[in-house]
Amino acid sequence: MASDQATTPPPPPLPEIQSHDLSQVIVLHPPPVFNYFKDLFSKKFHLLKAWESPLPLHEFLTNHAHSAQAMLCSGTGPSISADIIRLLPSLRLVATTSAGLNHIDLTECRNRGISIANAGEVFSEDVADLAVGLLIDVFRKVSASDRYVRHGLWATKGDYPLGSKLGGKRIGIVGLGSIGFQVAKRLEAFGCNISYNSRKRKDFVSYPFYTNVCELAANSDVLIICCGLTEQTRHMINREVLLALGKEGVIVNIGRGAIIHEKELVQCLVQGEIGGAGLDVFENEPDVPKELFELDNVVLAPHMAVFTTESFKDLCDLMIGNLEAFFSKKPLLSPVMNE
Amino acid sequence: MAHGIIYNHLDLPQVLVVRPPDSFSLYQSQYSHKFHFLKAWESPVPLDQFLSTNARNVQALLSCGRFPINVDLLRLLPSLRLVVTPSAGLNHIDLSECHSRGVAVANAGSVACCDVADLAVGLFIDVLRKISAADRYVMQGLWASKTSYPLGSKLKGKRIGIVGLGSIGQEVAKRLEAFGCSISYNSRNQKKSFSYPFYSNVVELSANSDALVICCGLSDQTHRLINKEVLLALGKEGVLINVGRGAIIDEKEMVQCLVQGDIGGAGLDVFENEPNVPKELFALDNVVLSPHRGAFTSETLTSMREIAVGNLEAFFSNKPLLSQVTDD
Repeated sequence: MASDQATTPPPPPLPEIQSHDLSQVIVLHPPPVFNYFKDLFSKKFHLLKAWESPLPLHEFLTNHAHSAQAMLCSGTGPSISADIIRLLPSLRLVATTSAGLNHIDLTECRNRGISIANAGEVFSEDVADLAVGLLIDVFRKVSASDRYVRHGLWATKGDYPLGSKLGGKRIGIVGLGSIGFQVAKRLEAFGCNISYNSRKRKDFVSYPFYTNVCELAANSDVLIICCGLTEQTRHMINREVLLALGKEGVIVNIGRGAIIHEKELVQCLVQGEIGGAGLDVFENEPDVPKELFELDNVVLAPHMAVFTTESFKDLCDLMIGNLEAFFSKKPLLSPVMNE
Repeated sequence: MAHGIIYNHLDLPQVLVVRPPDSFSLYQSQYSHKFHFLKAWESPVPLDQFLSTNARNVQALLSCGRFPINVDLLRLLPSLRLVVTPSAGLNHIDLSECHSRGVAVANAGSVACCDVADLAVGLFIDVLRKISAADRYVMQGLWASKTSYPLGSKLKGKRIGIVGLGSIGQEVAKRLEAFGCSISYNSRNQKKSFSYPFYSNVVELSANSDALVICCGLSDQTHRLINKEVLLALGKEGVLINVGRGAIIDEKEMVQCLVQGDIGGAGLDVFENEPNVPKELFALDNVVLSPHRGAFTSETLTSMREIAVGNLEAFFSNKPLLSQVTDD
């Protein structure tokens, strides 16, 4: 069924616009950006929307996505596993709306010569802003004292307990990539001292570098987890690291939940082995360990570090730009080097 | 300055305390070997009687933010030469009355300004990125049962209007610049050492800002400075942050603007009638409420205590005060 695009105005979005003029993009599960900007994508591409089909995923892919060269995915929904990739013989590009890549079988992509594009640095500032916001919240008890006021306790119970000063605190950044660097820049303006651990030392900064995350923790008042989730970083923040951080220490995680050994984190918080936490990510979202709900020194966010109107629009433009570049055989805007 | 100090039987200089400042017990425990604190609130007799009996020769007073130092009190203290307040704020002290009586005033200087600035920025991020609202959302179990959380607003590129570019305002500006915000300000006087755009009129500042951060002190000039006109100029997406004093804002108008959506949100550490907070604000997710904790970190409280004591010691040893308030 070919739609007559030459002479008629664009039709309103219908569930199935089928046009041989639009390039196919397979989408397994709607990325969060679709909640706001789906139409921008469906106007330019023929979206094969697996989640809308009654067919099981493998059947849908086999029957309908045989010639799809590009995929749009996100951190939510099914992982882009080797099994799924094998059902897409024409696939040459995986574009993910996330910065993180842990949901994609990178080895399989590398072996098949499939390019990857991600969100690049589109989110780095927003994520850094949230990391700092969570840190200030924990140190200065912003959400806890807001609750106190809303429950009418300021008038009846008196002054809220004291917070802790940010200035002069030693910040240990785990992963000094684009996000970690933005966090460092902000916290320097608060008079904090920055150190870091990263895969490799970064020559463009003069912050002290620690090869070992435990040693970083021992020399820090705060740990901010800014790295991606890989085999090396899974459960990297364990009880040993948390105990090194200490009873006054605070941890902020805007990376991935599984970088921290969540069970051990909860135990340390409940037992007072560390001083507090600001968490945007969890091992098994959207499940959050209920023990954390009782703790006033813990601030919880629903994986929202990238959720601003401005960034979502930028992300939309970037993803469409990547797909358009791919289909016109031009260089991708935000390719991932998959070594 | 001739003191003619009359010591009590312990030979320690007397310091009058009408109502105790925060953590007064620490002043008592750490400094009772240096000063004799005359604790008016512990007496069963009325204040004026207590003072005429006990405080005729008292030269120094350690103030508490909640008790006004006005002509009624000063009249009862003929020997008073120094008022020390552990706060930065001075609105509880009649400065001109002190001045005309030759009573010096010392405050906490800029010891608290970084902490207050940190909280101002924390409140701003919270409102823009909905941190406290999201924390409630997660704890109510809504993350699992609902679709994705509403979008917040990016900090970078936001135009910040700072009302009062004193020590606190300057620290707020420095921090928000690191987030990529642009800074403008209104102040009593233009500050030549800063290149931020200066607006002589706070309505104009508001009209050209995405957020107003109130960092000034409370005075006759700033009382209800932030009125309906200023709030409407700030606009439906605009955010109001107050770490100064509640009465700088026309609170009734502000509440109405928030409830009606005439401004976009607010982060408030101070209120007109603390600890009372307008109940209408409790229902609003775009408002963050803080119980006047701007300067209240344990580190800064210690610094405030130390500087207050330092001022008292300087006075009693005939040395220059550490942080005397001058007319500027």
